[in-house]
Amino acid sequence: MIWNEARECMSRDELAHLQSARLVKTVDRVYHNVEYYRKKMQQAGLEPGDIKGIEDIDKLPYTTKNDLRDTYPFGLFAAPQSEIVRIHASSGTTGKATVVGYTRKDLEVWSECVARAMTMAGVTRNDIIQVAYGYGLFTGGLGAHDGAQKLGATVVPMSTGNTKKLTTMMKDFGATAIACTPSYLLHIAEVLEEEGSIDEIKLKYAICGAEPWTENMRKSIEEKLHIKAFDIYGLSEIMGPGVACDCEYHKGLHVYEDHFLPEIIDPETLKPVAEGETGELVFTTITKEGIPLIRYRTKDLTSISYDKCECGRTLARISRFKGRSDDMLIIRGVNVFPSQVEAALLEMSGTTPHYMMIVDRVNNLDTLEIQVEVEERFFSDEIRELESLTKKIGHVIQTAIGLSAKIKLVEPKSLERSMGKAVHVIDKRKLV
Amino acid sequence: MFIKQLSVFIENREGRLDDVLAVLKKNDVNIVSLSLADTSDYGLLRLIVSDPKKGRDALKEEGFSAMLTDVLVIKLEHRTGRLQELLAKICNSSINIEYMYALSTGKDDASIVFKTSDLEKAVEVLIKENVGFFTDDDIKEIM
Repeated sequence: MIWNEARECMSRDELAHLQSARLVKTVDRVYHNVEYYRKKMQQAGLEPGDIKGIEDIDKLPYTTKNDLRDTYPFGLFAAPQSEIVRIHASSGTTGKATVVGYTRKDLEVWSECVARAMTMAGVTRNDIIQVAYGYGLFTGGLGAHDGAQKLGATVVPMSTGNTKKLTTMMKDFGATAIACTPSYLLHIAEVLEEEGSIDEIKLKYAICGAEPWTENMRKSIEEKLHIKAFDIYGLSEIMGPGVACDCEYHKGLHVYEDHFLPEIIDPETLKPVAEGETGELVFTTITKEGIPLIRYRTKDLTSISYDKCECGRTLARISRFKGRSDDMLIIRGVNVFPSQVEAALLEMSGTTPHYMMIVDRVNNLDTLEIQVEVEERFFSDEIRELESLTKKIGHVIQTAIGLSAKIKLVEPKSLERSMGKAVHVIDKRKLV
Repeated sequence: MFIKQLSVFIENREGRLDDVLAVLKKNDVNIVSLSLADTSDYGLLRLIVSDPKKGRDALKEEGFSAMLTDVLVIKLEHRTGRLQELLAKICNSSINIEYMYALSTGKDDASIVFKTSDLEKAVEVLIKENVGFFTDDDIKEIM
Protein backbone atom coordinates (compact mmCIF):
# COMPACT_ATOMS: atom_id res chain seq x y z
CA MET A 1 0.00 0.00 0.00
CA ILE A 2 1.12 3.55 -0.73
CA TRP A 3 -0.29 6.40 1.35
CA ASN A 4 0.36 9.26 -1.07
CA GLU A 5 1.00 7.82 -4.51
CA ALA A 6 1.04 11.23 -6.19
CA ARG A 7 4.06 12.22 -4.15
CA GLU A 8 5.81 8.95 -3.39
CA CYS A 9 5.80 7.78 -6.99
CA MET A 10 6.16 11.07 -8.89
CA SER A 11 8.71 11.24 -11.71
CA ARG A 12 12.19 12.43 -10.75
CA ASP A 13 11.79 15.46 -13.05
CA GLU A 14 8.55 16.53 -11.44
CA LEU A 15 10.06 15.95 -8.03
CA ALA A 16 13.11 18.11 -8.84
CA HIS A 17 10.76 20.84 -9.98
CA LEU A 18 8.76 20.68 -6.77
CA GLN A 19 11.92 20.57 -4.63
CA SER A 20 13.38 23.58 -6.40
CA ALA A 21 10.27 25.67 -5.85
CA ARG A 22 10.16 24.67 -2.21
CA LEU A 23 13.87 25.28 -1.66
CA VAL A 24 13.62 28.79 -3.10
CA LYS A 25 10.71 29.50 -0.78
CA THR A 26 12.56 28.11 2.25
CA VAL A 27 15.72 30.11 1.56
CA ASP A 28 13.61 33.22 1.22
CA ARG A 29 11.87 32.43 4.50
CA VAL A 30 15.03 31.92 6.56
CA TYR A 31 16.74 34.95 4.99
CA HIS A 32 13.91 37.21 6.00
CA ASN A 33 12.87 35.61 9.30
CA VAL A 34 16.09 34.29 10.88
CA GLU A 35 18.84 36.79 11.63
CA TYR A 36 21.39 34.02 12.14
CA TYR A 37 20.82 32.63 8.64
CA ARG A 38 20.68 36.08 7.08
CA LYS A 39 24.11 36.86 8.52
CA LYS A 40 25.49 33.50 7.44
CA MET A 41 24.26 34.06 3.91
CA GLN A 42 25.55 37.62 3.82
CA GLN A 43 28.95 36.40 4.96
CA ALA A 44 28.91 33.94 2.07
CA GLY A 45 27.93 36.80 -0.26
CA LEU A 46 24.54 35.25 -0.95
CA GLU A 47 21.15 36.74 -1.52
CA PRO A 48 17.93 34.72 -1.68
CA GLY A 49 17.72 35.35 -5.43
CA ASP A 50 21.00 33.49 -5.97
CA ILE A 51 19.28 30.21 -5.16
CA LYS A 52 17.13 29.39 -8.15
CA GLY A 53 16.72 25.66 -7.63
CA ILE A 54 18.21 22.52 -6.14
CA GLU A 55 21.19 22.78 -8.48
CA ASP A 56 22.29 25.80 -6.40
CA ILE A 57 22.17 23.94 -3.08
CA ASP A 58 25.95 23.73 -2.71
CA LYS A 59 26.21 27.53 -2.59
CA LEU A 60 24.45 27.50 0.78
CA PRO A 61 26.34 27.21 4.09
CA TYR A 62 25.99 24.14 6.30
CA THR A 63 24.13 24.07 9.61
CA THR A 64 25.39 21.98 12.56
CA LYS A 65 24.27 21.11 16.07
CA ASN A 66 26.58 23.90 17.28
CA ASP A 67 24.48 26.46 15.38
CA LEU A 68 21.46 25.22 17.32
CA ARG A 69 23.41 25.49 20.56
CA ASP A 70 24.61 29.01 19.75
CA THR A 71 21.06 30.15 19.08
CA TYR A 72 19.52 28.29 22.04
CA PRO A 73 16.62 28.14 22.57
CA PHE A 74 14.59 29.72 19.75
CA GLY A 75 17.18 31.60 17.66
CA LEU A 76 16.67 29.59 14.48
CA PHE A 77 12.87 29.68 14.57
CA ALA A 78 11.42 31.17 11.41
CA ALA A 79 7.87 31.58 12.68
CA PRO A 80 6.58 33.84 15.46
CA GLN A 81 5.87 32.16 18.78
CA SER A 82 2.14 32.61 18.24
CA GLU A 83 2.38 30.15 15.31
CA ILE A 84 4.49 27.59 17.16
CA VAL A 85 2.21 24.93 18.61
CA ARG A 86 4.73 22.35 19.85
CA ILE A 87 8.26 22.19 21.20
CA HIS A 88 10.49 19.12 21.26
CA ALA A 89 14.07 18.79 22.45
CA SER A 90 16.94 16.33 22.21
CA SER A 91 20.44 16.09 23.65
CA GLY A 92 22.90 18.81 22.86
CA THR A 93 26.62 18.07 22.83
CA THR A 94 27.05 19.76 26.22
CA GLY A 95 24.71 21.08 28.89
CA LYS A 96 22.09 22.67 26.65
CA ALA A 97 19.37 20.79 24.80
CA THR A 98 18.71 21.08 21.08
CA VAL A 99 15.27 22.70 20.83
CA VAL A 100 12.90 22.55 17.86
CA GLY A 101 9.49 24.12 17.28
CA TYR A 102 6.58 23.11 15.04
CA THR A 103 3.79 25.11 13.49
CA ARG A 104 0.40 23.51 12.96
CA LYS A 105 1.38 22.84 9.35
CA ASP A 106 4.69 21.27 10.43
CA LEU A 107 2.76 18.82 12.61
CA GLU A 108 0.52 18.06 9.61
CA VAL A 109 3.56 17.28 7.45
CA TRP A 110 5.12 15.20 10.21
CA SER A 111 2.03 13.05 10.71
CA GLU A 112 1.72 12.68 6.92
CA CYS A 113 5.31 11.36 6.76
CA VAL A 114 4.76 8.92 9.63
CA ALA A 115 1.48 7.79 8.05
CA ARG A 116 3.39 7.11 4.80
CA ALA A 117 5.99 5.11 6.73
CA MET A 118 3.40 3.06 8.61
CA THR A 119 1.48 2.40 5.39
CA MET A 120 4.74 1.23 3.85
CA ALA A 121 4.96 -1.29 6.69
CA GLY A 122 1.43 -2.49 6.03
CA VAL A 123 -0.41 -0.75 8.86
CA THR A 124 -3.96 0.42 8.09
CA ARG A 125 -6.93 1.88 9.93
CA ASN A 126 -7.92 -1.66 10.83
CA ASP A 127 -4.87 -2.08 13.05
CA ILE A 128 -4.36 -1.51 16.77
CA ILE A 129 -0.91 -0.04 17.31
CA GLN A 130 1.00 0.23 20.57
CA VAL A 131 3.37 3.18 20.59
CA ALA A 132 6.17 2.23 22.97
CA TYR A 133 8.56 5.10 22.41
CA GLY A 134 8.97 7.56 25.26
CA TYR A 135 6.34 10.31 25.25
CA GLY A 136 7.59 13.77 26.09
CA LEU A 137 10.29 16.05 24.77
CA PHE A 138 11.66 13.12 22.77
CA THR A 139 10.06 13.11 19.31
CA GLY A 140 9.57 9.33 19.18
CA GLY A 141 6.39 8.96 21.20
CA LEU A 142 4.28 11.87 19.99
CA GLY A 143 5.63 11.61 16.43
CA ALA A 144 4.59 7.99 15.99
CA HIS A 145 1.36 8.71 17.85
CA ASP A 146 0.25 11.55 15.55
CA GLY A 147 1.17 9.57 12.43
CA ALA A 148 -0.72 6.46 13.48
CA GLN A 149 -3.71 8.59 14.40
CA LYS A 150 -3.62 10.33 11.01
CA LEU A 151 -3.61 6.90 9.40
CA GLY A 152 -6.74 6.08 11.37
CA ALA A 153 -5.28 3.17 13.33
CA THR A 154 -6.29 2.64 16.95
CA VAL A 155 -3.43 4.10 18.94
CA VAL A 156 -2.46 2.74 22.37
CA PRO A 157 0.01 5.26 23.86
CA MET A 158 2.07 2.84 25.99
CA SER A 159 5.22 4.96 26.28
CA THR A 160 8.15 3.07 27.86
CA GLY A 161 8.96 1.52 31.18
CA ASN A 162 6.35 -1.13 31.91
CA THR A 163 6.98 -4.21 29.79
CA LYS A 164 4.57 -6.39 31.77
CA LYS A 165 1.68 -4.02 31.11
CA LEU A 166 2.71 -3.79 27.47
CA THR A 167 2.69 -7.54 26.88
CA THR A 168 -0.56 -7.98 28.78
CA MET A 169 -2.30 -5.31 26.70
CA MET A 170 -0.72 -6.64 23.53
CA LYS A 171 -2.50 -9.93 24.19
CA ASP A 172 -5.74 -8.58 25.69
CA PHE A 173 -6.30 -5.86 23.06
CA GLY A 174 -5.10 -8.03 20.19
CA ALA A 175 -2.60 -5.36 19.12
CA THR A 176 -1.47 -5.90 15.53
CA ALA A 177 1.32 -3.33 15.30
CA ILE A 178 3.97 -1.78 17.52
CA ALA A 179 6.32 1.18 17.25
CA CYS A 180 9.41 1.08 19.49
CA THR A 181 13.19 0.73 19.42
CA PRO A 182 14.42 -2.57 17.92
CA SER A 183 16.33 -3.52 21.07
CA TYR A 184 13.22 -2.98 23.18
CA LEU A 185 11.21 -5.15 20.80
CA LEU A 186 13.77 -7.95 21.18
CA HIS A 187 13.42 -7.57 24.92
CA ILE A 188 9.62 -7.77 24.60
CA ALA A 189 10.05 -10.93 22.50
CA GLU A 190 12.16 -12.46 25.25
CA VAL A 191 9.61 -11.61 27.91
CA LEU A 192 6.87 -13.21 25.78
CA GLU A 193 9.05 -16.28 25.25
CA GLU A 194 9.60 -16.63 28.99
CA GLU A 195 5.87 -16.35 29.59
CA GLY A 196 5.35 -18.95 26.88
CA SER A 197 2.72 -16.68 25.35
CA ILE A 198 4.11 -15.84 21.92
CA ASP A 199 1.26 -17.80 20.33
CA GLU A 200 -1.30 -15.59 22.07
CA ILE A 201 -0.26 -12.35 20.36
CA LYS A 202 -1.78 -11.05 17.13
CA LEU A 203 1.13 -8.77 16.22
CA LYS A 204 1.84 -8.41 12.49
CA TYR A 205 4.02 -5.33 12.04
CA ALA A 206 6.72 -3.44 13.89
CA ILE A 207 8.03 0.02 13.01
CA CYS A 208 11.38 0.29 14.73
CA GLY A 209 13.83 3.14 14.95
CA ALA A 210 15.62 5.70 17.13
CA GLU A 211 18.77 3.58 17.25
CA PRO A 212 21.02 1.76 14.79
CA TRP A 213 20.26 -1.90 14.15
CA THR A 214 21.22 -4.53 11.66
CA GLU A 215 19.62 -6.76 9.07
CA ASN A 216 20.27 -9.71 11.39
CA MET A 217 18.44 -8.03 14.25
CA ARG A 218 15.51 -7.46 11.91
CA LYS A 219 15.47 -11.13 10.91
CA SER A 220 15.72 -12.19 14.53
CA ILE A 221 12.75 -9.97 15.49
CA GLU A 222 10.74 -11.29 12.55
CA GLU A 223 11.47 -14.93 13.37
CA LYS A 224 10.85 -14.67 17.10
CA LEU A 225 7.56 -12.79 16.82
CA HIS A 226 6.40 -14.05 13.39
CA ILE A 227 5.95 -10.46 12.21
CA LYS A 228 7.35 -8.03 9.63
CA ALA A 229 9.71 -5.38 10.97
CA PHE A 230 10.55 -2.06 9.31
CA ASP A 231 13.23 0.53 9.86
CA ILE A 232 12.12 4.12 10.42
CA TYR A 233 14.62 6.96 10.57
CA GLY A 234 14.46 10.50 11.76
CA LEU A 235 16.02 13.14 13.92
CA SER A 236 14.34 15.89 15.86
CA GLU A 237 16.35 18.64 14.16
CA ILE A 238 14.80 17.69 10.82
CA MET A 239 11.42 16.59 12.19
CA GLY A 240 11.49 13.41 14.24
CA PRO A 241 10.77 9.82 13.17
CA GLY A 242 9.44 9.61 9.63
CA VAL A 243 12.17 11.34 7.64
CA ALA A 244 12.76 7.99 5.93
CA CYS A 245 11.49 4.41 6.20
CA ASP A 246 12.11 1.12 4.42
CA CYS A 247 9.53 -0.70 2.29
CA GLU A 248 8.79 -4.43 2.06
CA TYR A 249 11.86 -4.94 -0.19
CA HIS A 250 14.21 -3.70 2.55
CA LYS A 251 16.66 -2.24 0.08
CA GLY A 252 17.26 1.04 1.82
CA LEU A 253 15.06 3.63 3.50
CA HIS A 254 12.90 5.84 1.26
CA VAL A 255 13.46 9.52 2.05
CA TYR A 256 10.38 11.73 1.84
CA GLU A 257 12.18 13.97 -0.59
CA ASP A 258 9.25 16.27 -1.23
CA HIS A 259 9.88 17.55 2.32
CA PHE A 260 13.53 16.78 3.02
CA LEU A 261 16.24 17.32 0.44
CA PRO A 262 19.10 14.88 1.07
CA GLU A 263 22.77 15.19 0.13
CA ILE A 264 25.71 12.93 0.91
CA ILE A 265 29.01 14.71 1.55
CA ASP A 266 32.53 13.81 2.51
CA PRO A 267 32.71 14.86 6.21
CA GLU A 268 36.34 15.96 5.76
CA THR A 269 36.27 17.92 2.50
CA LEU A 270 32.54 18.79 2.75
CA LYS A 271 32.23 18.07 -0.98
CA PRO A 272 29.44 15.86 -2.36
CA VAL A 273 30.37 12.22 -2.93
CA ALA A 274 29.33 10.20 -5.97
CA GLU A 275 25.99 8.35 -5.92
CA GLY A 276 26.32 5.10 -4.02
CA GLU A 277 29.39 6.17 -2.07
CA THR A 278 29.33 6.45 1.69
CA GLY A 279 29.42 9.86 3.31
CA GLU A 280 27.66 12.08 5.79
CA LEU A 281 23.93 12.59 5.32
CA VAL A 282 22.87 16.24 5.04
CA PHE A 283 19.28 17.47 4.96
CA THR A 284 17.61 20.69 3.94
CA THR A 285 14.02 20.92 5.10
CA ILE A 286 12.02 22.41 2.23
CA THR A 287 8.53 22.70 3.69
CA LYS A 288 9.20 23.40 7.34
CA GLU A 289 7.96 26.65 8.87
CA GLY A 290 8.88 26.47 12.56
CA ILE A 291 12.58 25.77 12.27
CA PRO A 292 13.70 25.21 8.69
CA LEU A 293 17.29 23.99 8.55
CA ILE A 294 19.57 24.55 5.61
CA ARG A 295 22.04 21.76 4.80
CA TYR A 296 21.94 20.32 8.31
CA ARG A 297 24.80 17.90 8.92
CA THR A 298 23.27 14.82 10.58
CA LYS A 299 26.68 13.17 11.24
CA ASP A 300 25.07 9.88 10.19
CA LEU A 301 27.11 7.97 7.63
CA THR A 302 25.25 6.33 4.76
CA SER A 303 24.97 6.18 0.96
CA ILE A 304 22.09 7.06 -1.35
CA SER A 305 20.50 5.51 -4.43
CA TYR A 306 18.11 7.27 -6.82
CA ASP A 307 17.02 4.13 -8.69
CA LYS A 308 13.32 3.38 -8.81
CA CYS A 309 12.39 0.78 -6.20
CA GLU A 310 10.56 -2.48 -6.90
CA CYS A 311 7.76 -1.18 -4.65
CA GLY A 312 6.97 1.48 -7.27
CA ARG A 313 8.24 4.45 -5.26
CA THR A 314 10.61 6.85 -6.97
CA LEU A 315 11.86 8.34 -3.71
CA ALA A 316 15.62 8.04 -3.15
CA ARG A 317 16.79 5.38 -0.73
CA ILE A 318 19.50 5.69 1.90
CA SER A 319 21.29 2.54 2.99
CA ARG A 320 21.45 1.22 6.55
CA PHE A 321 23.59 3.52 8.64
CA LYS A 322 27.26 2.72 8.75
CA GLY A 323 28.09 4.77 11.81
CA ARG A 324 28.55 8.39 12.79
CA SER A 325 31.09 11.01 11.91
CA ASP A 326 31.04 12.25 15.51
CA ASP A 327 31.14 10.48 18.87
CA MET A 328 27.42 10.48 19.62
CA LEU A 329 26.13 7.27 21.21
CA ILE A 330 22.57 6.05 21.11
CA ILE A 331 21.78 4.26 24.36
CA ARG A 332 18.26 2.90 24.91
CA GLY A 333 17.17 5.23 22.10
CA VAL A 334 18.60 8.29 23.87
CA ASN A 335 21.32 10.34 22.18
CA VAL A 336 24.33 10.69 24.44
CA PHE A 337 27.54 12.62 23.87
CA PRO A 338 30.59 11.78 26.00
CA SER A 339 31.08 15.54 26.32
CA GLN A 340 27.83 15.71 28.35
CA VAL A 341 29.24 13.25 30.87
CA GLU A 342 32.49 15.15 30.96
CA ALA A 343 30.72 18.47 31.56
CA ALA A 344 28.65 16.95 34.39
CA LEU A 345 31.70 15.49 36.14
CA LEU A 346 33.51 18.79 35.73
CA GLU A 347 30.66 20.72 37.24
CA MET A 348 30.48 18.34 40.17
CA SER A 349 34.14 18.22 41.05
CA GLY A 350 35.94 21.25 39.63
CA THR A 351 38.26 19.24 37.45
CA THR A 352 37.31 16.18 35.45
CA PRO A 353 38.46 12.89 36.92
CA HIS A 354 39.48 10.17 34.52
CA TYR A 355 36.40 8.28 33.43
CA MET A 356 35.31 5.64 30.96
CA MET A 357 31.84 4.94 29.63
CA ILE A 358 31.19 1.24 29.06
CA VAL A 359 28.16 0.57 26.88
CA ASP A 360 26.90 -2.97 26.55
CA ARG A 361 23.75 -4.83 25.67
CA VAL A 362 22.51 -7.38 28.20
CA ASN A 363 19.33 -9.34 27.38
CA ASN A 364 18.76 -6.93 24.48
CA LEU A 365 18.72 -3.88 26.72
CA ASP A 366 21.49 -1.32 26.59
CA THR A 367 23.49 -0.81 29.76
CA LEU A 368 25.74 2.09 30.64
CA GLU A 369 28.45 1.86 33.26
CA ILE A 370 30.64 4.83 34.04
CA GLN A 371 33.94 4.05 35.70
CA VAL A 372 35.48 6.91 37.63
CA GLU A 373 38.96 6.86 39.07
CA VAL A 374 39.12 7.44 42.83
CA GLU A 375 41.60 10.23 43.03
CA GLU A 376 43.07 11.49 46.29
CA ARG A 377 40.42 14.19 46.69
CA PHE A 378 37.56 11.69 46.43
CA PHE A 379 39.11 9.03 48.62
CA SER A 380 37.90 8.27 52.13
CA ASP A 381 38.56 5.55 54.67
CA GLU A 382 34.81 5.22 55.13
CA ILE A 383 32.62 3.12 52.80
CA ARG A 384 29.71 5.43 53.59
CA GLU A 385 31.56 8.40 52.10
CA LEU A 386 32.53 6.45 48.99
CA GLU A 387 28.97 5.27 48.52
CA SER A 388 27.62 8.76 48.84
CA LEU A 389 30.18 9.84 46.22
CA THR A 390 28.91 7.09 43.90
CA LYS A 391 25.33 8.24 44.41
CA LYS A 392 26.23 11.86 43.79
CA ILE A 393 28.01 11.04 40.54
CA GLY A 394 25.06 8.87 39.48
CA HIS A 395 22.70 11.74 40.14
CA VAL A 396 24.62 14.38 38.17
CA ILE A 397 25.04 11.98 35.25
CA GLN A 398 21.35 11.12 35.19
CA THR A 399 20.44 14.80 35.28
CA ALA A 400 22.85 15.53 32.43
CA ILE A 401 22.02 12.72 30.00
CA GLY A 402 18.57 11.61 31.10
CA LEU A 403 19.67 8.01 31.55
CA SER A 404 20.57 6.11 34.67
CA ALA A 405 24.09 4.74 34.70
CA LYS A 406 25.85 2.33 37.00
CA ILE A 407 28.74 4.19 38.59
CA LYS A 408 31.80 2.14 39.42
CA LEU A 409 34.73 3.55 41.33
CA VAL A 410 38.07 2.27 40.11
CA GLU A 411 41.68 2.66 41.18
CA PRO A 412 43.66 5.68 40.03
CA LYS A 413 45.48 5.25 36.73
CA SER A 414 43.66 1.99 36.05
CA LEU A 415 41.74 3.39 33.08
CA GLU A 416 43.40 3.29 29.72
CA ARG A 417 45.29 6.43 28.69
CA SER A 418 45.68 7.08 25.01
CA MET A 419 48.48 9.02 23.45
CA GLY A 420 46.31 10.93 21.00
CA LYS A 421 42.66 11.85 21.39
CA ALA A 422 41.34 10.69 24.75
CA VAL A 423 39.18 7.59 24.54
CA HIS A 424 36.24 7.78 26.93
CA VAL A 425 33.94 5.16 25.48
CA ILE A 426 34.06 1.41 25.15
CA ASP A 427 31.04 0.21 23.19
CA LYS A 428 30.78 -3.55 23.62
CA ARG A 429 27.45 -3.84 21.81
CA LYS A 430 27.77 -6.10 18.85
CA LEU A 431 25.28 -5.15 16.19
CA VAL A 432 25.30 -8.33 14.18
CA MET B 1 46.76 9.28 71.75
CA PHE B 2 45.78 8.63 68.13
CA ILE B 3 47.31 6.07 65.88
CA LYS B 4 47.75 6.65 62.15
CA GLN B 5 45.87 4.05 60.18
CA LEU B 6 46.78 3.38 56.57
CA SER B 7 43.71 3.06 54.28
CA VAL B 8 43.92 1.78 50.71
CA PHE B 9 41.31 1.63 47.92
CA ILE B 10 41.28 -1.72 46.14
CA GLU B 11 39.21 -2.67 43.13
CA ASN B 12 37.54 -6.07 43.22
CA ARG B 13 40.00 -7.56 40.78
CA GLU B 14 42.10 -10.65 41.06
CA GLY B 15 45.48 -10.03 42.62
CA ARG B 16 44.99 -6.46 43.78
CA LEU B 17 45.24 -7.24 47.50
CA ASP B 18 48.38 -9.20 46.76
CA ASP B 19 49.78 -6.18 44.89
CA VAL B 20 49.22 -3.90 47.91
CA LEU B 21 50.87 -6.34 50.29
CA ALA B 22 53.80 -6.79 47.90
CA VAL B 23 54.45 -3.02 47.91
CA LEU B 24 54.47 -3.00 51.72
CA LYS B 25 56.80 -5.98 51.84
CA LYS B 26 59.19 -4.45 49.34
CA ASN B 27 59.39 -1.32 51.49
CA ASP B 28 59.82 -3.24 54.70
CA VAL B 29 56.55 -2.03 56.22
CA ASN B 30 55.30 -4.55 58.76
CA ILE B 31 51.56 -5.16 59.25
CA VAL B 32 50.29 -5.30 62.82
CA SER B 33 46.61 -5.59 62.07
CA LEU B 34 44.23 -5.20 59.17
CA SER B 35 40.61 -5.25 58.18
CA LEU B 36 39.09 -5.46 54.72
CA ALA B 37 35.69 -3.89 54.09
CA ASP B 38 34.16 -4.99 50.83
CA THR B 39 31.40 -3.82 48.50
CA SER B 40 30.40 -5.37 45.18
CA ASP B 41 32.82 -3.22 43.19
CA TYR B 42 35.66 -2.35 45.51
CA GLY B 43 37.22 -2.95 48.90
CA LEU B 44 38.78 -0.73 51.53
CA LEU B 45 41.84 -2.12 53.22
CA ARG B 46 42.59 -0.59 56.60
CA LEU B 47 45.93 -1.35 58.18
CA ILE B 48 47.89 -0.66 61.32
CA VAL B 49 51.53 -0.84 60.26
CA SER B 50 55.03 -0.24 61.62
CA ASP B 51 55.58 2.90 59.52
CA PRO B 52 52.30 4.29 58.15
CA LYS B 53 53.83 7.30 56.40
CA LYS B 54 56.36 5.20 54.56
CA GLY B 55 53.60 2.74 53.65
CA ARG B 56 51.37 5.46 52.28
CA ASP B 57 54.13 7.10 50.24
CA ALA B 58 55.20 3.78 48.76
CA LEU B 59 51.65 2.87 47.80
CA LYS B 60 50.95 6.28 46.23
CA GLU B 61 54.17 5.95 44.32
CA GLU B 62 52.78 2.72 42.86
CA GLY B 63 49.55 4.46 41.86
CA PHE B 64 47.22 3.37 44.68
CA SER B 65 44.78 5.68 46.45
CA ALA B 66 46.10 5.57 50.01
CA MET B 67 45.63 7.85 52.98
CA LEU B 68 46.32 8.14 56.70
CA THR B 69 43.50 8.50 59.21
CA ASP B 70 43.54 8.97 62.97
CA VAL B 71 42.05 6.05 64.85
CA LEU B 72 41.94 4.96 68.46
CA VAL B 73 43.55 1.74 69.62
CA ILE B 74 42.63 0.72 73.13
CA LYS B 75 43.54 -2.09 75.52
CA LEU B 76 40.82 -3.82 77.42
CA GLU B 77 40.70 -6.73 79.83
CA HIS B 78 39.89 -10.11 78.39
CA ARG B 79 36.55 -10.45 80.09
CA THR B 80 33.06 -11.18 78.84
CA GLY B 81 30.99 -8.01 78.47
CA ARG B 82 33.85 -5.51 78.73
CA LEU B 83 33.58 -4.31 75.14
CA GLN B 84 29.83 -3.96 75.46
CA GLU B 85 30.24 -1.81 78.60
CA LEU B 86 32.59 0.56 76.83
CA LEU B 87 30.46 0.79 73.73
CA ALA B 88 27.41 1.59 75.85
CA LYS B 89 29.30 4.57 77.33
CA ILE B 90 30.29 5.76 73.88
CA CYS B 91 26.75 5.38 72.58
CA ASN B 92 25.32 7.27 75.54
CA SER B 93 27.55 10.20 74.62
CA SER B 94 25.99 10.27 71.15
CA ILE B 95 29.20 9.25 69.43
CA ASN B 96 28.93 7.07 66.32
CA ILE B 97 31.33 4.26 65.67
CA GLU B 98 32.32 4.38 61.99
CA TYR B 99 34.18 1.07 62.00
CA MET B 100 36.05 -1.26 64.33
CA TYR B 101 38.35 -4.26 64.18
CA ALA B 102 40.57 -6.29 66.51
CA LEU B 103 44.28 -5.95 67.02
CA SER B 104 46.33 -8.94 67.93
CA THR B 105 49.03 -8.22 70.50
CA GLY B 106 49.94 -11.75 71.46
CA LYS B 107 49.42 -10.77 75.11
CA ASP B 108 46.68 -11.46 77.66
CA ASP B 109 44.82 -8.21 77.04
CA ALA B 110 42.50 -7.72 74.11
CA SER B 111 42.88 -4.69 71.87
CA ILE B 112 40.62 -3.03 69.37
CA VAL B 113 41.05 -0.39 66.69
CA PHE B 114 38.17 1.96 65.94
CA LYS B 115 37.17 5.26 64.48
CA THR B 116 34.29 7.36 65.80
CA SER B 117 32.43 10.42 64.61
CA ASP B 118 34.22 12.45 67.31
CA LEU B 119 37.59 11.06 68.36
CA GLU B 120 38.38 13.69 71.05
CA LYS B 121 35.06 13.11 72.76
CA ALA B 122 35.54 9.34 72.60
CA VAL B 123 38.91 9.74 74.32
CA GLU B 124 37.29 11.78 77.13
CA VAL B 125 34.67 9.09 77.68
CA LEU B 126 37.20 6.27 77.66
CA ILE B 127 39.67 7.99 79.98
CA LYS B 128 36.97 8.05 82.63
CA GLU B 129 36.71 4.28 82.21
CA ASN B 130 40.44 3.84 82.86
CA VAL B 131 41.05 2.43 79.44
CA GLY B 132 44.64 2.19 78.21
CA PHE B 133 45.52 3.72 74.84
CA PHE B 134 48.13 2.46 72.44
CA THR B 135 50.79 4.90 71.31
CA ASP B 136 53.00 4.61 68.27
CA ASP B 137 55.70 3.17 70.49
CA ASP B 138 53.35 0.47 71.78
CA ILE B 139 52.65 -0.51 68.20
CA LYS B 140 56.37 -0.82 67.45
CA GLU B 141 56.79 -2.91 70.60
CA ILE B 142 54.30 -5.51 69.41
CA MET B 143 56.58 -6.29 66.48
